[in-house]
Amino acid sequence: MPYLKENFGNPSSVHRFGQETRKAIEKAREIVAKFLNASKAEEIVFTSGGTESNNFAIKGVAYANREKGNHLITSSIEHHAVLNVCQYLEKQGHLIGDLPKRQGFTVTYLPVNKYGQVNPLDVEKAIKPETILVTIIHANNEVGTIQPISEIGKLLQGINTQRRAKSQEQIYFHTDAVQTVGKIKVDAQELNVDLLSLSGHKFYGPKGTGVLYIRKGTRLHSLLQGGHHEKNRRAGTENVAGIVGLAKACELAEKEMDREKEKLLYLRAKLENGINKTIPYAHLNGHPQERLPNTVNFSFEALEGESLILSLDFEGIAASTGSACTSGSLEPSHILLAMGIPGEIAQGSIRFSLGRDNTEEDIDYLLEILPKIVERLRSMSPLWEDKIKQSRINTNEKPE
Amino acid sequence: MYSEKVMEHFQNPRNVGEIPDADGIGTVGNPICGDVMRLYIKVKDGIIQDAKFKTFGCGAAIATSSMVTEMVKGKSVEEALKISNKAVAEALDGLPPIKMHCSVLAEQALKAAIDDYFAKAKPRIDTNKTTNRHE
Repeated sequence: MPYLKENFGNPSSVHRFGQETRKAIEKAREIVAKFLNASKAEEIVFTSGGTESNNFAIKGVAYANREKGNHLITSSIEHHAVLNVCQYLEKQGHLIGDLPKRQGFTVTYLPVNKYGQVNPLDVEKAIKPETILVTIIHANNEVGTIQPISEIGKLLQGINTQRRAKSQEQIYFHTDAVQTVGKIKVDAQELNVDLLSLSGHKFYGPKGTGVLYIRKGTRLHSLLQGGHHEKNRRAGTENVAGIVGLAKACELAEKEMDREKEKLLYLRAKLENGINKTIPYAHLNGHPQERLPNTVNFSFEALEGESLILSLDFEGIAASTGSACTSGSLEPSHILLAMGIPGEIAQGSIRFSLGRDNTEEDIDYLLEILPKIVERLRSMSPLWEDKIKQSRINTNEKPE
Repeated sequence: MYSEKVMEHFQNPRNVGEIPDADGIGTVGNPICGDVMRLYIKVKDGIIQDAKFKTFGCGAAIATSSMVTEMVKGKSVEEALKISNKAVAEALDGLPPIKMHCSVLAEQALKAAIDDYFAKAKPRIDTNKTTNRHE
């Protein structure tokens, strides 16, 4: 374990041991910068993960620019690591006690269509003179739908040009690319973004590592104050082993991504078609084409997600669900609800995330056992019983 | 997350099904919340002869409804009314705190089935009586 045992110098130290690890970090930085097509290595700041990067980007821009404006725009399908930050900032204006009432932040949460996509025109319509930040997730984690980030970025560039002419403040554009980095091409220039978050463990890097890409010239406050690390942007002794691991993951992803994408698309199509053929009342969630190659999210009517996950777990398959039982609240996934999926059906949703190690045999196995599991759970469900009775009444035909 | 007993009842639930000529049926819960339980009971001479259930819900929901049907079979209606959600959870060797509401739902399903039994039994009990009240 080269950076956990042998090379243990603090990268901030002047002595030779520190310089060794310093070199390792800077090399990692170059690798990540190239991977994201940043124009300079210094635009890469290492963090503890996607959550920290999102907090850093959104709070950082909000606090640094609050004199100029206090309005943020985001979508209704963000991950909680963006959603909760926005909700937190909304509360900042309401101080209690003797403290003077400070101006808080206002947030617009843009709607999505039935595939879970944001419309760039809605972004344009939501912009006000006091808007300082737009943050839109690159691809949604639950259903995998990819957002038109490049288009939105281009739109904002046009608006910023007009604003510059009137000496008005720039609107910064951030995207949470945690779900897309390593799976599809993520190019900071192509995406037209000022800020981009990524998380190492999402593409086979170590957990607890991440990056915030910060385009040169972006004005933002640091989240962590202390030492002068990361050019005064993120205090704290660097997670050397993690950073080296993260860079390695980027290198591997760069090499494998195209080939993996093809394999995943093939497996995904096989799974989707298999489910549609063998399980009635199953609905694919997300955009049919503009979706991450690894994500398959289905809702099965009249059954509940957690019971499906448990049953699959018994057969050696790990999947996840947007049902309330697993979220700790009584509400099903806010993402599925935002897409207009009825609550009852959202409760029966399941997400399969395919990955590097999955094979065709895995898909065949899943397609063998899933219909039986669905049948068993439906045979126990009063909703299924009611549905069958209703369809007999409606059509006077025998249902499947 | 779940005890072995809960998993056992989930994998091999007891008494799944309907009773076509049930003496009492109770349906509780809400599909939007992710939990719906329907309990059927067959009662003879005040004793619950048979109980069946159907549940739309998570592992804990299925396990608690399965357990409650086991617990009521052979009991009198009065005894069955005393079954609490805590008793159901204990019989399953406990539930995670966020899943305790499933045991509450199972208790409510049982009470709803018994209420239905009383409501259905009323005309038979009160034949030729002017009052609608019963014990």
